[in-house]
Amino acid sequence: MGRDVLLIEDEPNIIEAIRFILSRDGWHVQTHSDGKSAYEKVLDMRPDVVILDVMLPGRSGFEILRDIRGGGETAALPVLMLTAKGQTKDREMAESLGASRFMTKPFSNTDVLSTVRDLVGA
Amino acid sequence: MIPFDILVAVCVAYVVVLFLVAFFAERRASAGKVGWLRSPLVYTLSLSVYCTAWTFYGAVGYAARSGLEFLTIYLGPTLVLVGWWWMLRKLVRIGKTQRITSIADLISSRYGKSNTLGVIVTLLAVVGTTPYIALQLQSVTLSFSVFAQADSEAWQPTDLNATALWVAAGLALFTVLFGTRNLDANERHHGVVTAIAVEAVVKLVALLAVGIFVIWGVAGGLGDMADRIAASPIAETQFNGGRWVGLTFLAGAAIFTLPRMFQVLVVENADERHLATASWAFPLYLCLMSLFVVPIAVIGLATQPPGSNPDLFVLTVPLSFDRDGLATLAFLGGFSSATSMVIVAAIALSTMVSNHIVMPLWLSWQNTGATVSGDVRKVVLTARRISIAGVLVLGYLYFRLTGGSAALASIGLISFTGVAQVLPALIGGIFWRGATKRGAVAGLLVGFFLWAYTLFLPSFGAGSVMSASLLADGPWGIGWLRPQGLFGVAGMDPLIHAMFWSMSLNSFAFFAVSLSGFPSPMERLQGAQFVNVFEHSSAAQSWTHGMAEAEDLLMMSQRILGPDKAQALFQRAAAAQGKVGFLPDTTPAFLERLERELAGSVGAATSHAMVGQIVGRSSVSVEDLMAVADETAQMMEYSNQLEAKSEELSRTARQLREANEKLTELSIQKDAFLSQISHELRTPMTSIRAFSEILMDGGDLSEADMTKYSSIIHEEAIRLTRLLDDLLDLSVLENGQVTLNAQPGNLTDLIDRAVAATGSLDGSGNLRITRSRATEDVALVTDTDRLCQVFINLIANAQKYCDADAPQLWIKVRQLGPNVAVDFIDNGNGIPKRSQDIIFEKFSRLSDRNAAGGAGLGLAICREIMSKLGGGITYLPGQGGAAFQVSLPLAKAKAA
Repeated sequence: MGRDVLLIEDEPNIIEAIRFILSRDGWHVQTHSDGKSAYEKVLDMRPDVVILDVMLPGRSGFEILRDIRGGGETAALPVLMLTAKGQTKDREMAESLGASRFMTKPFSNTDVLSTVRDLVGA
Repeated sequence: MIPFDILVAVCVAYVVVLFLVAFFAERRASAGKVGWLRSPLVYTLSLSVYCTAWTFYGAVGYAARSGLEFLTIYLGPTLVLVGWWWMLRKLVRIGKTQRITSIADLISSRYGKSNTLGVIVTLLAVVGTTPYIALQLQSVTLSFSVFAQADSEAWQPTDLNATALWVAAGLALFTVLFGTRNLDANERHHGVVTAIAVEAVVKLVALLAVGIFVIWGVAGGLGDMADRIAASPIAETQFNGGRWVGLTFLAGAAIFTLPRMFQVLVVENADERHLATASWAFPLYLCLMSLFVVPIAVIGLATQPPGSNPDLFVLTVPLSFDRDGLATLAFLGGFSSATSMVIVAAIALSTMVSNHIVMPLWLSWQNTGATVSGDVRKVVLTARRISIAGVLVLGYLYFRLTGGSAALASIGLISFTGVAQVLPALIGGIFWRGATKRGAVAGLLVGFFLWAYTLFLPSFGAGSVMSASLLADGPWGIGWLRPQGLFGVAGMDPLIHAMFWSMSLNSFAFFAVSLSGFPSPMERLQGAQFVNVFEHSSAAQSWTHGMAEAEDLLMMSQRILGPDKAQALFQRAAAAQGKVGFLPDTTPAFLERLERELAGSVGAATSHAMVGQIVGRSSVSVEDLMAVADETAQMMEYSNQLEAKSEELSRTARQLREANEKLTELSIQKDAFLSQISHELRTPMTSIRAFSEILMDGGDLSEADMTKYSSIIHEEAIRLTRLLDDLLDLSVLENGQVTLNAQPGNLTDLIDRAVAATGSLDGSGNLRITRSRATEDVALVTDTDRLCQVFINLIANAQKYCDADAPQLWIKVRQLGPNVAVDFIDNGNGIPKRSQDIIFEKFSRLSDRNAAGGAGLGLAICREIMSKLGGGITYLPGQGGAAFQVSLPLAKAKAA
């Protein structure tokens, strides 16, 4: 069972926080903060879980999710979506696009960790 | 020798025939079968009322006394009909378009519907025509007496007055029966006109027969006749040029100024085109009537005993040769001439008297004005019938008073001269727009008076109305006022003298008074209608009672009322007339009803005008047009109000729509804004929560990590605070609640403060700032703290976003017209063109937010501040790096 996590997020402090939380639990965390090249990064890295922010420079998290679900090899990839907007329509959007989980910022560290664990069935 | 009672019987039979002719013509007309009743031939023959007993009997007498001068009586009308028929056409057109009922009505109508003029012309016509009617009675009476004397065994009509009375009564009856069937004088009297046409034929045939008899029966053919004429005293009569011209003029005027001539020429005219036929046919008729006048006169003079009345030669010549049949025919000719004149004259005069004298008196006596309605028709008819009787009574009385003294011809000429007084006002009225009512009154009164003074009153003979001394020496012995030698003009023919003075002074008064004043508006309108009648009207509609009219009415009504309603209306009317399934007759009752119905939709005046136009009985008069204009103005006013209201409504609707759009847009903006705020708040909160949880968990954190994480929490807390500050600041600025604290300052100081606040002063930051202090020394009065805030923001932006290796910022101060401009230009890559438009919007942060550390509200705040300070902030494209220009009105800046 792989423990590779790709965190796509552009806010440095949040990257720092999530990386710390997951690393402490034994996950291998890679980060990517540009929207445009995010999907290539997914294909390139083949993570076990993707944590995806919605507001990204260049390309929105929803579009990246659509690419992930549209690509045959990544279609079943567990994706945890994070957003700071927290509006209902964002959650609905994420669900309709096939996000595995959806969490609003600010989140509880333990929730993030248990969700990531859940997603890979660990 | 023809027995007198047989003559009476023939005469009665002839009258019965005339009654029948008139009756059947009326029947045909009311059944709508006008046909030949309105042929140009009937019209031309009806004009022959011009040839009265005076022409029939008198022309021969005239020729016997004065030679060929009688021809002038035929020459005048011929010249007018041939040469001036376009003037007659104008009269006819005016008559139709203005619904003219008589010559008095024409003059009255032309001069602003003045009843004064109507009364004057009516009186003139009555005074001028009464002797003429008396003359006709006299001629009939005389012709009866001729037969009576010849038939000495029969009843002796010693009482000529009784004969005249019977004739007058009979004529009155005939005229009342056929002349007052219709109320509207403009509806033609078909019965009367047809009877007159028949009489015209009878008198022509009679005169021609007598003429043929004298030439081939008495004289030995044309050659012998010519010899006899050459040998007769007629050939020796003097030719008086003045009288010829004068008489021709009078006769020419008489053809349209005599009331009865106006009646047949204008009022009874059915179609303007008939005038064209009449213009050659009537002169031909006159020519035939005059053909044998001289032969009859010559033979009469030769064969009748000396002292016999030459006015009766037409009768006495056949009688003396025992030609009873011919004599009876001649008698009927004379009878026809007399009766046709009396009938038409009585109709014409009664119309004038009842319209201009009786009705106005009755109305003022009733004092009911507008409330008179239904029974007016009865009153008018009664008035007209009484007027007819009155006219004939007057004629009879005149006959009784004068006792048949004067020769026929002289009475006729006096009458001609009298009615010719209307001429200046008439001709002036239809050709000259400057003619005024006052002018017409003045001319008519002057002419009337002079005619009465110089011709009419003296005609009764010295010592009757005028004393012999007055006639000989003038009033009060003033010689130049003598009736027959006015202004010292002596030795002139009395008729020509009277004609000359009355006509010339009449015309002079008419023109002088007209020129001395201005016509009233009503006169001006009517004047224009009359003078320019051909421009205002199309060829007058001919009168029909037929289906086409009802069809036109239905078509019009359908347009106004809608097909269903209009058809229902017409069907009801037809059913009421017993004509189920057909179109109704255009009876007055139906037309009135229709007008009322239409008035509901288009207004009374318009409805009247429309129906009148179609039915063709009237043209649209000035008053109609005025009323139509009034209605139209009201409707337009109403529709303008509606239009204004609907415009207002649509404006309100547009405003509402705009407001709604704005609200919707604001709502969208608000959602977007809240979403942005939420994001901006949650992002630092996320870091704060995450790291505080990490710190709370404790565990194996190194000291350095703990410090690092604490400082992140601190940093994000500051970021949150700054965001809240900015939001509050912007909210205050946008809502206009900010109070500006204006105070004097200097640009140098402000820039110094801003540079110091951003920590760039001491060069500790990596941004190098270049200034040109020489230009910065600008004094200004403004909220210096706010302006400084803008400067700080711009310098801070340069610090944050300038991506050059050696970031540099130039601050330049310039004066641009009335403004002072402060440019902040750095050496970075600047802002992409597509983003330049949005940088002043809220949360429009372009690059990585961490580099900036702001929420993207800075420039939005700057813009609000500058707008509050009366200046502005713009992005300057094409400056190499990011370039902002802050401008402030200098006038304001300097105002200290």
